[in-house]
Amino acid sequence: MATQHSRSAARLMMAPAVILLLGWMLIPLTMTLYFSFKKYLPLRGGDLGWVGFDNYVRFVSSSSFWPAVATTLIIVGGVLFITLILGVLLALLLDQPMWGQGVVRILVIAPFFVMPTVSGLVWKNMFMDSNNGFLAHLWRAFGAEPVQWLSQASLPSLIMIISWQWLPFATLILLTAIQSLDSEQLEASEMDGANWLNRFGFIILPHLARAITVVVLIQTIFLLSIFAEIFVTTAGAFGTKTLTYLIYQRVLESQNVGLGSAGGVYAIILANIVAIFLMRIVGKNLDA
Amino acid sequence: MARAVTNRRKTINTIAAWTIGLLIFFPILWIIVLSFKSEGDAIKTPLQVLGSAWTLESYFVVQERSDYFKHFFNSVTIAVGSTLLGILIAVPAAWSMAFVPSKRTRDILMWMLSTKMLPAVGVLYPIYLLFIRLGLLDTTFGLVIVLMLINLPIIVWMLYTYFREIPGEILEAARMDGANLRAELLYVLTPMAVPGIASTILLNVILAWNEAFWTLNLTAAKAAPLTAFIASYSSPEGLFYAKLSAASVMAIAPILIMGWFSQKQLVRGLTFGAVK
Repeated sequence: MATQHSRSAARLMMAPAVILLLGWMLIPLTMTLYFSFKKYLPLRGGDLGWVGFDNYVRFVSSSSFWPAVATTLIIVGGVLFITLILGVLLALLLDQPMWGQGVVRILVIAPFFVMPTVSGLVWKNMFMDSNNGFLAHLWRAFGAEPVQWLSQASLPSLIMIISWQWLPFATLILLTAIQSLDSEQLEASEMDGANWLNRFGFIILPHLARAITVVVLIQTIFLLSIFAEIFVTTAGAFGTKTLTYLIYQRVLESQNVGLGSAGGVYAIILANIVAIFLMRIVGKNLDA
Repeated sequence: MARAVTNRRKTINTIAAWTIGLLIFFPILWIIVLSFKSEGDAIKTPLQVLGSAWTLESYFVVQERSDYFKHFFNSVTIAVGSTLLGILIAVPAAWSMAFVPSKRTRDILMWMLSTKMLPAVGVLYPIYLLFIRLGLLDTTFGLVIVLMLINLPIIVWMLYTYFREIPGEILEAARMDGANLRAELLYVLTPMAVPGIASTILLNVILAWNEAFWTLNLTAAKAAPLTAFIASYSSPEGLFYAKLSAASVMAIAPILIMGWFSQKQLVRGLTFGAVK
């Protein structure tokens, strides 16, 4: 039984973490909200007074807003689609008996540990460069004209780079979930004459539903704020400006802080919508 | 009963899995190869690259020209510093939540998680401004603080899930034997908590090492860790494949090795215990 004494001690032990996170959340958030209602141009006159919801309206009605929303959705959707499908297939394969399973797992997981700036630049230069890149050499070997990946097919290229980074994450989590599947259930269904497709559709996939949801939600939250990969490859050119990148440009490059802050508030709202669903799943697990 | 697996099926699995595994790993393998070539050889066709002479030249050049080790030590300081500081703050919090849970514990945990969902770009300018005002821009100390704060929710959560697995009966037994709070912490809990703390440290060093939003936006020449140093290759002059490869290999090697040891913790840490 916890005594009164240990309760107050517990509260004291929690205090530093709670206070720090509270400050980390409230101070910048309040500032962003404050700036979002101001015309604030640090390099061109500074604080030019309150403007109400002007920034919010201008951010949404600017010509780069809807393309940025579309780009964001295409990248997030594309990466989710690729990593989930390949992730499930790869997890199923890695779950099978084979020689050198541990080594294969290591090879598959590796890209996740590569820092974003490295993977962006390595793909951009050593693979997608149309003169000396690996893919250009490969294309030429087959007599084809090398592709200007990051300018002619900028979004598919970015989706490929980011999927390469996130496939290990999806695979690892799905593999963990598959391994917790009761093999007796599978054997029983096999004896009852269920074929491979039936077993996958009626036993494996439902069992994976939760893990898939978790992968979708966590990846969405991280993918919405993808930054470094775009920063080092296209710097937002060729239609690769996401919402995050647009806000970054407004705030730091053109130093229109009011406008960028309004964009930031939109980004926070968007992330929170996704977060609510994730939190529900995590919360349920906490009770169990 | 284990299902009978024919050798033929196992062979097919093995071939398929190794092919895919090597394909996924190939970009990393290729920069390892390029890093041991001269700049002139590194841009040749893949077959010519493999046939050309091996050299350590690029590794020396990267160090001489760009002071690689300064950035390497910045990365170490930021990753290790922010993690240890985070652990220091999170251990008491997670301990009390796991062993003296109250009605609000669950709400506090969920709230902490929600701070992790805050998109960095939404608070970019405030943090930038605060950094300028406090003189923290382009300092490793500033980044230690920021990365500690963004990873604190994960650290608390991971520790909490580990601590919760320590059976409460052991504590009660210790108390019956007359152990006070200090003895309880030192002799009963600590030894049982060490593996969980170690895994938490490992995963968070990896996350902090690879963090590339704040490290890019809050540093310039002085405090730039490897993420920002590598980004300086995005508009290079002249031949640079071998140098970029060498710099990249050195930047990812330590974390790749740590990562391979932390596969299991990765799942737990990144899904907040939702998938085990």
